[in-house]
Amino acid sequence: MRPPRIPLGSPFRLLLLACSFALAAYAGVRLLAGDWFGVALWIVGAALLHDLVLLPLYAAADRAVVRGLDAVGRRDLTLYVRVPAALSGLLLLVWFPLIAGLVEQRYRSATGLPADVFLGRWLLITAVLFGGSALLAALRLPRLRRAANRRPPAVH
Amino acid sequence: MRDDPRAPLLPTSPGFWRSPLRGPRFTAVLGLVLLVGVTVLFGTGLLSYAACNPGLSPVNDKTPDKGVLGFYLFAWPTDPHWLYRLTQGVHVTLGITLIPVLLAKLWSVVPRLFTLPPARSLAHALERLSLLLLVGGGLFQFVTGVLNVQLDYVFPGSFYPLHFYGAWVFFAAFVAHAALKTPTALRNLRRLREEPGDLVSPRPAEPTVSRRGALWFVGGASLLLFATTVGQSLGGALRRTALLAPHGGADPGSGPNGFQINKTATHAGIDRAETGADAWRLVVTGRTGTVRLSRAQLAGLPQYSAALPIACVEGWSTPDQWWRGVRLRDLAALVGHDDPPDLFVESLQRHGAFRKAALRANQVADPRSLLALYVNGEELSPDHGHPARIIVPAAPGVLNTKWVARLTFGDL
Repeated sequence: MRPPRIPLGSPFRLLLLACSFALAAYAGVRLLAGDWFGVALWIVGAALLHDLVLLPLYAAADRAVVRGLDAVGRRDLTLYVRVPAALSGLLLLVWFPLIAGLVEQRYRSATGLPADVFLGRWLLITAVLFGGSALLAALRLPRLRRAANRRPPAVH
Repeated sequence: MRDDPRAPLLPTSPGFWRSPLRGPRFTAVLGLVLLVGVTVLFGTGLLSYAACNPGLSPVNDKTPDKGVLGFYLFAWPTDPHWLYRLTQGVHVTLGITLIPVLLAKLWSVVPRLFTLPPARSLAHALERLSLLLLVGGGLFQFVTGVLNVQLDYVFPGSFYPLHFYGAWVFFAAFVAHAALKTPTALRNLRRLREEPGDLVSPRPAEPTVSRRGALWFVGGASLLLFATTVGQSLGGALRRTALLAPHGGADPGSGPNGFQINKTATHAGIDRAETGADAWRLVVTGRTGTVRLSRAQLAGLPQYSAALPIACVEGWSTPDQWWRGVRLRDLAALVGHDDPPDLFVESLQRHGAFRKAALRANQVADPRSLLALYVNGEELSPDHGHPARIIVPAAPGVLNTKWVARLTFGDL
């Protein structure tokens, strides 16, 4: 029996990828010229941290919200919790150094601006997001429920 | 729907991924937004690199081993005077705005990370390896950019080479990915019905939101980031809308010198004893020798005005400020250069990557390029570069050297 041959795949794809790797390597040796280990760690670590930590974490948090509300029979509230929570979390993720005060001293000294305002602003935006969501839910859900009650119950 | 007790538990099983949102059309929409967005980011990034005139002098060049990656460099123009304000505002604001799209795109294709067998062919294996550069390189670019504008310099090295070379590594993988996937994405969008693909869950959970709703959510998240950031590049009353951006909110001061500051005099290590009227002398060197000028002598030379912005590499900027001072071309003529040459500027500043900077002849020749002594009708404040600072139309803020000590005209 002949050993199985490894298929090559599309030649166009191979050539394109070879070209891409060559350019990436040309820039890559320059990128890694300094602290090569640190930079490689950051690039590979960014992909791994995102795919194996951040994504599972927010997916699990979302599932907990959906299941929790389902368990108390308030499935209709899901979006009204999920949207403001996700938006607030996103703002925290992007502006974490400023909000958490990691750069307070350098920021104040360099820009002449107060550095302790970001946590308060983020909390206020979060309050507005949840407050607006609660207001929407209060206005819309009773109407939806009345409409649902007028319809015959769906068969499951 | 009840959870199936025989549910496969490993992410390598297609049934592990249950969101009914995933599918080729959802991914295609996000992918095409990123195709346009990342291309603009790369283009404006290359422009920002060119704007620092790295080919002009080693002091401007933070990436001396760039090789052919600097092939496109050109003399950065001085017109329109808001050019860098626009290109860099777009670069930073768009980058921040695209973060939700990037995260959603990565979420939409995450099942593919676990696809088995790992490779169906050599080309497939190489493509998956290239995805590591795409995802890792892309996240690296976004993360270093977002950290740098917040002055959080925790990345492993200096920002300029990391973000510049990182951009090329990422873009190499991005071009290959775009060439391989864009035709599929367009085909998926043109189809009326979704074709089954590896992204569609074989046992979808009950939907809690429609695909359209999810795309609206991603767009809304982008809009929220945009709305709380863009004010720092527009200035005026709109600056207060940039609630979380580093140069949003109120200006640091009031009055003519109240506008945004990149580095304060204290931060730059400026000693007040060196900038006083008795101590400070501007040393101007050129073809005919060296001239030393006090601030009073400079103020006695013909004064010109220019309305120009401060536009920072960090993306924030100010509207036009009204600067007044001596034209750089007049200072060149003072030391024997009637035809303005390149200029080497040195600051009193103790540290900082750009305490020495080079300006090109076209920048020196522009009649709006000044050694400014006044701004908005008042003396420069220490934080804005007293006793004298450079201001050049369309130049990045780092080249508008403050606390100028020495000007050397001539070929660099």
